[in-house]
Order: sequence, then structure tokens, then C-alpha cells
Amino acid sequence: MNTNALSTNTLTVSRRSFILGSGAGVLGISFGAFDLAQAQTGPFAPVAWVSIAPDNTATIYSAASEMGQGTMTSLPAVVADHMELDWSKVRVQHAPPDPKRFGNPRFGGGLTTGASRTVTGYYEPLSLAGLQGKLVMLGAAAAQWNVPVSELRAENSTVIHAASNRRITYGELARTATAPAELPKVDKAMLKPMAQFKLIGKDLTRVDLVGKTSGTAVYGIDVRLPGMLYASLLSAPVQGEKAEQVDDAATKAVQGVKAVVVIPTGVAVVADSFHTARKARDLLKVQWSNTARGRKYDSDAAIKDYVARAENLADAGVTFHAHGDAAKEIAGAARTFKATYTTEHVSQFTMEPMNTTARVDGDKIEIWTPSQTVGFVVGGVAAAGGFKPENIKVNIQLLGGGYGRRVEAEYAVDAALIAKAVPGVPVQMIHTREDDFVRAKPRPATAQHLVAAVNAQGKIVGLQHRVVAEQIYARLLPGAFKASGNKDSPVMEFADGVYDIAGHHVQQLIEDRGIACSFWRGVGAGYVKFGIETLVDEVAVATNQDPLLMRIELCNKSPRAQAVLREVATMSGWNGPRPAGRALGLAFSDAWGTFCAMVVEVSLNAGRPVVHHIWSAVDCGHALSPKNIQTQIEGSAIFGLSAALGEKLVYKAGEPQQKNLGAYNLLRANQTPLVTVKVMPTDHHPGGIGEVGLPPVAPALANAIARLNGGKRLRSLPFPEQVA
Amino acid sequence: MTKFTLNGKAVNAQAAPDTPLLWVIREEMGITGTKFGCGVSQCGACTVHLNGSPTRSCVLPLSAAAGAQVTTIEGLVQTREGKALQDAWIAESAPQCGYCQSGQMMAAAAVIKEARAPLNREQVLERMAGNICRCGTYNQIAAAVVRAQKALA
Repeated sequence: MNTNALSTNTLTVSRRSFILGSGAGVLGISFGAFDLAQAQTGPFAPVAWVSIAPDNTATIYSAASEMGQGTMTSLPAVVADHMELDWSKVRVQHAPPDPKRFGNPRFGGGLTTGASRTVTGYYEPLSLAGLQGKLVMLGAAAAQWNVPVSELRAENSTVIHAASNRRITYGELARTATAPAELPKVDKAMLKPMAQFKLIGKDLTRVDLVGKTSGTAVYGIDVRLPGMLYASLLSAPVQGEKAEQVDDAATKAVQGVKAVVVIPTGVAVVADSFHTARKARDLLKVQWSNTARGRKYDSDAAIKDYVARAENLADAGVTFHAHGDAAKEIAGAARTFKATYTTEHVSQFTMEPMNTTARVDGDKIEIWTPSQTVGFVVGGVAAAGGFKPENIKVNIQLLGGGYGRRVEAEYAVDAALIAKAVPGVPVQMIHTREDDFVRAKPRPATAQHLVAAVNAQGKIVGLQHRVVAEQIYARLLPGAFKASGNKDSPVMEFADGVYDIAGHHVQQLIEDRGIACSFWRGVGAGYVKFGIETLVDEVAVATNQDPLLMRIELCNKSPRAQAVLREVATMSGWNGPRPAGRALGLAFSDAWGTFCAMVVEVSLNAGRPVVHHIWSAVDCGHALSPKNIQTQIEGSAIFGLSAALGEKLVYKAGEPQQKNLGAYNLLRANQTPLVTVKVMPTDHHPGGIGEVGLPPVAPALANAIARLNGGKRLRSLPFPEQVA
Repeated sequence: MTKFTLNGKAVNAQAAPDTPLLWVIREEMGITGTKFGCGVSQCGACTVHLNGSPTRSCVLPLSAAAGAQVTTIEGLVQTREGKALQDAWIAESAPQCGYCQSGQMMAAAAVIKEARAPLNREQVLERMAGNICRCGTYNQIAAAVVRAQKALA
């Protein structure tokens, strides 16, 4: 594996492109009319995703943004496995921003990376593309040797004809290969089964590790262009405000300052170094407008309102999910359990602050940006900058963390507008950490009210789940929101699930207080599973049932869910003795099509939780790279643990009150528990992975703490500092 | 003009003396492995070695580096210690997004150098608490440090 292949250079594929419909999605297939000169020297692209060079190296495009989830390795491995490529001869390149060829069907064909949909969206199209690529190579060999394709097989980038003991590499074939007159037809039924995988399921060394351990990996902030200037943007203090008067005399007097640019979101200083730009920006005197609705937003007061609304059962909101008759079950229950939960705003806090580099040349613009969504970059720059979409070239760089922060692309739009003011000159705009706190849209603050109905046998037969939260899709994608029946899916995600509850009613109560909220790691699932999983535990304890057995029974329609629950119980010694002062808590998540059971071991030190160990059993179907899955589960669990133990972002008068470490603190190494993850592959389509460890960690921890503090339930995220 | 030694080479920086060393390295010297994270010396992404000691370059004025030996991740991985760290980091698949890892490795090099005995996981986590990883790779980092220390022993 060539590990130095992280450039964003695009392959020159000068052949015609076709779009082929195929089962679950649309495959981009690129073949060419035979061109002798090219065929002798250039690479041969049997499918849009792969190019074979005469030296038998294969270059595979990776279409998703790499933000640490390993997609730059796992997706090319899917193509390579089905195409029977020699992995040691594979190079990986970032795909060009062409959604027609490389879009994710799970995002309507868009180039978006998020919501744990990369593997789930691309898995089947890439499997089929790999198979198709193999068939093209077999066809080329069959033509060359004049033998039937059925007598050929492929392995390690080589076609073999056993009957005549002949072998030819893909590279040798590429020298003369021509596109078949008719594209090979493929469907799911033709894909090889899990037992024959050679790369899928193996722990391949990730292609991005060498660059990321030598300082040579190029993130957005590392882009360097000749003559590049730097920009620092003083953003309006509250979303929606703008600069009304700007006194930039002192700023412009600073040596090295090249321009002061007023854009709709603030005032930017362009200079010959970032330090100069930032220093000079601090000399700006700006009078901001004072009209934004968000100025009235105070998150403490809002959450109180949300609690009142959640508990006001007369306010029906929108039904997000309904199964059976929850109201009837609750009315006829032997016992009911009610609880109200709250969650504060939290920050994504990517380690790499937002940044974008842009250069305008006439009516064209080229952009280098660490973004999760090419479409929002292009759409935003086109709308705000007046560029035609075809004149916008986007180069996605490595992302120093994503966690939903880089789905929306306002920072790229700002950079484009700044660059437009200094045409011909590349400009890199960088947010300071404080800038990013001002501009990032946080996870919605929420209140949830849950009512569980329990019958005489102690079985949960009804669940009413009311979620009050600020909108995301209703603001960002109003068309999709309306089309879905006004369901704000990221806000509510996975409030439904595999639990077999006779009457289940999930009600969505959307808020809009003038401060836009957005995505976060495991956005909605993080708080909705917190509510469900802590209330289920409370019911189990109050009715003298084992929380494990209660969940196994709730999952009686999902053997895969039951299997991870049983496995995590074994891993953690759920029924065994614990050291004095320690307790276990359990939670379960079925979010993103992956089953994840988690047990957390905790003790208390002066009333504060100390987390010792997290165990997790995970069934995500086909496990592309088990080691990578383990570390994604672990990383997302630690992300959730950090939030549960202390992340809290407060807004007053529309302004975030925490803007950096010190005020907003993240979990550090010396607070990190042992984490043991067992990946349990099954022969199913892969589920998502990048967020899976997050939803169960907070409820598992809360449930463990309730065993140490006399049963006092934690119903807020973050937890109070003192939990006992 | 501020003279110092960067990864073994004499350099002469033109930036104003109050410019944080981080930006001098990244912009004027053009090597970008040293990262900007918080800007207030709290996250460790900008860690370099100043005369062998781990130092937060985001708050260190260029003037304070005059005459000093400055080593960044690019210099570290050229050394025996740096190569052992890199090998261990890859063996443990430590990086996810990877943005903090330059600083983590710079901090780890000092932790190993100062250790008088073999380190265990808990000791490493305690000594590496100044460097934040938002992806949650602390356990992989700890395993890598333990592995690298063994390789260098």
C-alpha cells in the first residue's frame, strides 16, 4: 500500500462517462472509446472509481471526507476486495467533487460525509463497482486469449486461465484494454459472500497514518499557495447581526495589512501573515446591528420553557413515530413511570479550527476546504458570491475533526467572499478558537418528558416520548423537512428503535429561538437514548428486574440486539461481584443500523464519578475493518463521556459564554477509562460506526451512578458536578 | 530578524518579535506539522521542543526562541526516538483525525526521555494530560508510548 498518496490531485480520466442504474444506487462507470495513443501510456479506468496503470498499480478514488473515521481506507478496500486487487499495489486518492460519479446515495446522491452514512451508503455501489471492474478485466483477458470468460478467474490484480496455465496482470491488460461494447451487468446476487472476503474484515493499516505521524498530512489549515495571504474575521457577536459602521483606520495603519473586507457575517482583515491579520483585526471599531431575534436568547431560560412544554401533554407537537396505542397502554397500566430530562448545548470543538483557502480568478473560484459537504460549499458560494456552480472548484482537504461541525459550510462561504475582494490572490481565512465558538451552531438544547406504562408482570407496554428541541432540518433543509411530514430527523434520530413496546408514541416539539443549532456527533440519538435508556433502567430497578434481562426481553424481535446484550454482560462480568464502591450500568443503542450494548463501571470520589472501564459489544453487520471499528466505538464513547461529565455551552443574550478551554473543558487523558470493544460481525449490510459509541455511554454511566448514590437518578446532560 | 535553529538548520526569521513561534514555523518556515488548536496553550497541538523541552509554540513569542534549538514533529521523526514513536503510533493505529497527534508525539518524546523506569498505561495518561485529543484516542496513544519506550530501551 502506497501510504504517500494523500494528495488531492485528480486523475485525468479523459474518457466518456456513463451513468448506469444498478439496484440500490447509481454507479458511475467511465469507459472510453478506444484511443490507441492513450491506451499505450495512460491509465485504464475500468470503472469510475478505479484506474489501472501499466505497472499494475491501481488508484482508487475515495469520495468521502476523511475526518478520522478511516473512510479513506475502508471504502477503497471494498472496491479492491470485489475487484480482486492486490492491496499492496493500491493507491488512494481523494475523488474529484463530482456527485454524478461519486455521490452518496444515502444523501440523495450528494457528496456529504456525516450521520454515519458513508459505509452504509457506499458499500453496495462500491461492491458492485469493484465486481464490475473485475468483469471488465476478465473480459479483456478473454478477448486477448480468445477463451470464454467463464474459464477465467481473478486474484491479486491478475487474471488466471487455469486450463492453459496462463496469467496476465491487470496492468498488462490495461496497456491494450478497450471498453466492452456493452457494460457488464451486475447485481447484488452476484457479489461474493462474506466468507470469501480478503480485505473486508481485515485490519488493514490505514493509508493516512504515515502522514498523520510525520507532520506531512495536509489539513485544510495546511494548504500553502504561492503569494497566499491570511485573513482573520471579526464575526458579529450574535447570529444574524451585521456590521453597520466600521472604523478601520488603526487596522489599516498596521504594516502588512492588505485589505479590510466587510462581509454579511462580519469584518475581515487580510494581511501577509495570520498573526498580523489577527492583531490588526483587534484594532477594528465596529458598530453592530441590534436587530437579531437571537439577542433575546438565554439558554438557561429556554431550557426551563422547554421543560414546561415537554410536560404539557396537551401540546401534541408532530408525531415522529407511532406504534400501537401508547395513550391506551398508559391509561390501563398497573404502574407508570414519568421523568423529565434536559440537555444543554454542546460544542463540536474540532481540534482544527474552521478555515478555508480561496482564490478568485475572474468569474471562477477555487476553494480548498476541510468540509463534510461539497454541496453546501458550492451552493453557499454560488448563492452568496454570485459564482456559477460550474465555475466553483472545491478541493476537500483532510479534516482535523468533523463531528457535524463541517456539514454546514458558512466558513467556506465567508472565505470565498473575502477572497473575492482581493481577486487573483489566494487567501486563507482561519478562525481562532474563540471565533469558532461564536460561529459554530451548537447541538440543540432539549427537554424530554417520558412516560412508561408497565403491566402487572412488570413489562413495559407503553412509552410516550416527548422531545422539545431546537430545529435543524426545518431551518437548513426546509424542503426535505416539509416533504417528510415536518419531521426533523437529526433532532429526533432513533427515538424509534427495536424495542418491542405495544404502544409507542414519539412526539416532536420543535423550537426556534433565533439561535441556529446544528449537527454534533450522534446529534439526536445522544439525548433521546439518554432518556429512553435511563427510564428503562429505572423501571427495571423499581420492579426488581435485571436491567439486562429486561432489555433482552424488549429486544425479543431482534436476535442481533439480544446477542450484543448477552455478550457485553459476559465481557463485563455483569452478574459477578464488583470491588467495593464500584457499580456497573448498562445501556443499549440500535442507532445507525448497528447494535451496540455498553456497560460502564464507576465509583464515586467525594461525590464525583470516576469511570474505570467501558465494555461494548457491537454488531454492525459486515465489519469492514474491525480494529478501526473498535477505535471508532471507543472514540465516540469517550466523546460522549466528555460531554456527560462536563461539557456545557451557555448562551446569554444570544452570545456563547464559553469560548475556549478553561471555560469549556474536554475530557483529558488522565480521566480516560479502559475501553474494551468486541466487534461481532454478522452477514448483514454494514451499519454506521462513527457515532455508535456515543448514545449508550451517558445512560450507562447514569445507571451505574444510580447504584451508588441511593438511587438518585441523573436526568440532565451534562451531569451535575456532584452526583451524590 | 531572529536567528534560531529549526530541526538542526540555522534559520533567520523576518516576522515581528512578538509573533508566536507557531505562526513563524507554519507560515514563514513553511512546515505545517505543528498545529494551531486553542491559541491559549491549553490543548497541546502546537507543542514543539525548545532546547529539548516541550513548549507551547502558540504563546511563545519569536523573540523567546532567539538562539534556541527548536524541534518540530518533522525534525523529531528523523531521529531514532521519533522513528520509534512513529512506528508505535502506526502499530497502535493511534491517529483518527490526526490533527493533535504531532503535539501528542512531541509530548510523548519528552515523557519517555524523562522516565526513569518502564511506564504503564496509567502513568502515561497522567503525564500526557496536557494534550487534548477530541477523537478520544488516549488509550491508543498510551499503548503507543508504552510500545515506543520498550522499543527504545
